[in-house]
Order: sequence, then structure tokens, then C-alpha cells
Amino acid sequence: MSLASVQRVMVAAAAVALTGLVHAADISGAGATFPYPIYSKWADAYKTQTGTGLNYQSIGSGGGIKQIKAKTVTFGASDMPLKPEELKAAGLVQFPMIIGGVVPVVNIKGVGAGQLTLDGATLAAIYMGDIKTWNDPAIRKLNPKLALPATAIAPIYRSDGSGTNFLFTDYLSKQSPKFKDNIGAATSVQWPVGIGAKGNEGLANQTTQTDGAIGYVEFAYAKQNKMANVLLINQAHKAVAPSAASFQAAAANADWTHADGYYLILTDQAGADSWPITGASFILVYRNPPDPVATGEALKFFGWAYQHGTQMAADLDYVPLPAALIKQVQTTWKTSIAAR
Amino acid sequence: MDQASAFVVIEPRHAARQRLGERIFRGATLAAAVLVLVLLGGVTIALVKGAWPALSHFKLEFLTREVWNPVTEKFGALAPIYGTLVTSLIAMAVAIPLSFGISIFLTELCPAWLKRPVGVAVELLAAVPSIIFGIWGMFVFAPVLQRHVQPWLIDHLGPLPGIGMLFQGPPFGIGILTASLVLAIMVLPFIASVMRDVFETIPDVLRESAYGLGATTWEVIWKVVLPYSRTGVVGGIMLGLGRALGETMAVTFVIGNAHRVSSSLLAPGTTISASIANEFTEAVGDLYTSSLIALGVLLFLITFVVISAARLMLRRLDRKALSSA
Repeated sequence: MSLASVQRVMVAAAAVALTGLVHAADISGAGATFPYPIYSKWADAYKTQTGTGLNYQSIGSGGGIKQIKAKTVTFGASDMPLKPEELKAAGLVQFPMIIGGVVPVVNIKGVGAGQLTLDGATLAAIYMGDIKTWNDPAIRKLNPKLALPATAIAPIYRSDGSGTNFLFTDYLSKQSPKFKDNIGAATSVQWPVGIGAKGNEGLANQTTQTDGAIGYVEFAYAKQNKMANVLLINQAHKAVAPSAASFQAAAANADWTHADGYYLILTDQAGADSWPITGASFILVYRNPPDPVATGEALKFFGWAYQHGTQMAADLDYVPLPAALIKQVQTTWKTSIAAR
Repeated sequence: MDQASAFVVIEPRHAARQRLGERIFRGATLAAAVLVLVLLGGVTIALVKGAWPALSHFKLEFLTREVWNPVTEKFGALAPIYGTLVTSLIAMAVAIPLSFGISIFLTELCPAWLKRPVGVAVELLAAVPSIIFGIWGMFVFAPVLQRHVQPWLIDHLGPLPGIGMLFQGPPFGIGILTASLVLAIMVLPFIASVMRDVFETIPDVLRESAYGLGATTWEVIWKVVLPYSRTGVVGGIMLGLGRALGETMAVTFVIGNAHRVSSSLLAPGTTISASIANEFTEAVGDLYTSSLIALGVLLFLITFVVISAARLMLRRLDRKALSSA
């Protein structure tokens, strides 16, 4: 290699490094994959209106938390809220941005969408391997009119760490003390039975291929693929179907005003219409941001999304926050974030 | 340098410039070689540093425990190590004989008109990205296995003593066996094309002399072609094994991702790289992240041991060949 070509390569490398700086005015964020489609849709609309773009890396909640703690991004996004003491230690403020739900889906011969009813304890027993066939008395008791086959149950779980896993296991832990003691709630857990599929698509595919399978996917995924969803019995002993309305009911019934740092997991909420496996996706920013202007820009974007993003969210089967909650969040911004 | 200049008297200035050019060239190649060492060293240091919290916390238990529980933060690497070794082993057991067949056919037995199409097909197979194999494995291959192959295995081989324990449980479609077979297809073109290339380097004189002495095709293959190209063949196998050990995406799609060690090949399992790919993005907490990096260290070690073992084996073979000659 001649000197001239060495120089050329170095110039090219420097040019590549510099292109990253051209968009320095954009808002930068990183984190959860679950809200990525709606964040990018909002960002597109926001950019055409204001000229400010969003650079969001959907690297997962764990990655988002790491990046905001390392101060490499203006905001982090997580499906799992940080505990108040952890927020305080890191000097972070957290608020909910968008709501979604997790839906159990089944593949049983002769059972269509919305026909099978389950409750949390039964679901937990299935995923612990205690209930092994679909005609088990516990399932028959909840579905007296349904002809259930003796097919073996094949539980399918998400193998990749995800907010979906966290919501599902958190719900099962609240419903079954045995599940809580033996397995617990986290983005990845050690499942005693079943098979792990990667991502919503992998899980949906494995469920449709396996006779007697049960799995759980994000609501948008179940709806768009017309999967056979399950009805769940909520805290008010009512069987509810997953829908935007039942997710919003869970969010509206939750007691946000007393939740320190918005640390509230929306599973198993009170209310006759509440879907029990609902969850919010959260945003993390610094209380005293290293770059107050950038954080101010980010908050402007989130405020715009609260106000104008409702229809876009509904189009993608996400659920916007209830109006009262939005007002509360915006007060938090004013009182506890030193942004400009 | 063109030829004409050899007849001209070389000017001192010209010669000095030439020497400078040579010195720079030597420096550049040295820098490139050293860069590899620096990179390898850097990666090793970063990995060990990242893995240290987990390794010092769990000590040897990290290698021997099957549990992988992010909730209680208890981590053991037995299941991923087992899965990595078993899938690679089965993949090699399937891929080596097939590659050998392909390359022997292409170099020794194939009619000339078929040589190009089969050769190009093998090379094209090597160019398919691993994610494509993963998607194909999950959507096409696994359902076929689930419906047509696995039920037969369970019914006919499952009840047999001994071997039966390899074929237990429900036919999920995905699992250790499926991952191994997809891996076998993925490493096949690498091994086959390397083997073909080394077989082709054998001088025709050798083959013709053997035939001239009255050797059969079989004897030529086993007594001339193989001994002559042994180093290259083992190199090709190692290349394939290296890929099988580290393959991530395709395996993640079809292995079932369960941190369990089970005797049945139809059961779901996991490999080191699949575990990292699955869990690293959402891993919260230092011990969890560190345990995943520790898995990476283990993969590094396994690959290193395998390659060193292959080198040692080759050296021993060569020595034996020398002493018998």
C-alpha cells in the first residue's frame, strides 16, 4: 500500500466518523424494542413538522438503562420501571410514555379466538408443568361449555430477554405464590418446562405449528396475525378480552398519584374492565441533565407525542396514556427536571 | 520495476528512494501483523475483565451448574457448554462425510460437464447469510421434522434400549437435533470447498503413477490423495468446526433456547452464543451481564482448545508419517 492510499483510507475513515456529528441537533435515545415502532412513527411526523429528528436505538431495555447511566444518550427507554431508590441513586426521573398489553394465545383443535377462558393461577400452573393436558379439571372448570381435547400442553416462551417476559412473569408471580417462589419475575427467567422461541414472530410461528401449544405475544402481534387469544379472569372476577379499551381501563384504574417515581407495574389492576397483563413503557431522563437544552428538546418531543400522537398510536395498536396521567407527567417535568 | 531498468545504471538517489519504499512497506506489513496481536490481546483482556465479577463470584461452580436463573442471580454455564459441544459434534459427524463425498466426487470421479455447476452450487451455499438459514430452519425445516421425521424417531427408535434415550419427548420441531442439522448444512460448503481445493493441488503425476502401478480408484483415494492432502483436509474441518461452535443466529432460531441439559436430542437446549444473543440486550444487573460475558470467555477457550488440539494432532500425524517413510 502506498503512502497516498494510506492517506486516502484515513481521510475516508475520518469522514465516516464525522458524519455522526452532522445530526448532533437530533434527539438521541436508546432502549426498549417494544415501543420502537411507535417512537419511530412519531419521530417521522415530528421531523416533518419541526425539523428536529430522533435517533432512537432499539437495543433493549437493559441496554437503554446502561446507556442513559453512561450519559451517552439524552433519554433511555425501558419496559421495566426502575425502583424509586435506584432512580434516586442515579439522579434519574422516570415517566410512562405508552401502554401495551400481553396476550396469551393458544393452538388447540376446535378452539377459536376468545373461546378459552383462563385465570392467573391456571396459567401459572401450565407454565410450571403442573397442568399437563388441555382437558385437565382446572381448565374444564373455567370452560364448562368447551369440548377440550386430551392433547398435551406445549408451553412456549420468549427466549430473548424482553419486556413481554417481564409483564407475563410479573402477572403469574402475583397470581401464584409457587410461581413467585420458584421462578419469579424478570425479563428472562428459568422456565421449568416448554420451549423457547425468539421474538414475537418466533413465538407466534412455534405456537401455530405445534398442536396443543400455548404462548404469549404483544397485543398488536396477536391482533394483526389473528391468533386465537385467551380470555383472562381479572381481579374483579370478570372474564375480559384483550383490547385497547381493556388496557386503558387497567392504566386508568391504577393509582399513579401515589406511585413514587411512577414505579407502577400495571399487571393485575382493579376494575371490572381491566386486562390483567397490561404494562407501560417508560422514559428515563436526568433530573439535572448534563445537556439541559437537549433534554428540553426531548421533552418537547414527548409533549408533542402526548398531544398529537394518539391516532398514530392507535393505528399501530398501542394504547395512549389516560388524560389525567399525561397531566400528572407534565407537572413532573416542570417540577423535577432542570431542562431548558 | 520493469525489465529495461535493469540495464540502466541505478542512480544513488533512485536507489535511496527504493530502499525507503521497502522500509515503509516492511513497516506497514509488520504493523498489520502486530495489529492482529494487539486486537486479540485487547479482546481477551476486555472479556476477562468483564467476566471477572461472575467468575470470582461463582468460581468453578460456574462450569458445573445447570441452573441459569436471572431472578435469583444464580448462573451456571453447563447447559450452554453442553449444547455448544453436542450441536457442533453432531453437525461435524453429518457434514464431514458428506463434504468428503462431494469433494472426492468433484475432483476424482465427476464428469467434466457437471464439475462447474456442482462446484458453483457449493460455493453459493457458503455465501448464504446465517440468518437465512435460521429463518429457513424455523419456517421450513423444523415443521417438516416435526411432522414427518421426529414422530417416526420417537415411535421407532425411542423404545430401543440405550439409543432410545436420545429420542424422547414430544416432537417440538425445534431442538438440539434440528440445530445440529442446520449447522451441518451451514458448515458443509466450507469444508467441501476447502477439501476440493486441496485435492486439486495434488500433482496429476502422483495419481497417474498410482494408476500406472495398477491401483484402483479406491486405493488412489485412500493411499495417495488423502495422505498427500491431510493437512489441508484437517484445516477445512477446523474451519467448519470453528463456524459451528460460534454460529449464533441460525442456532438461536431453531434450538429451543432452554437452559437445560437433557439426554434427548429432540429436547430444546441452548448454546453459548445463542444465550448471549438472546439475553444480552435485556440483561439488567452487573452479575447477569458479567455471567453472559463469562460465557463468551468460555467460547473463546473452547475454540482455542479445539484449534490447538487439531494442530497437535496434525503434528503427531506428520511425525508418524515421517518415521514410517
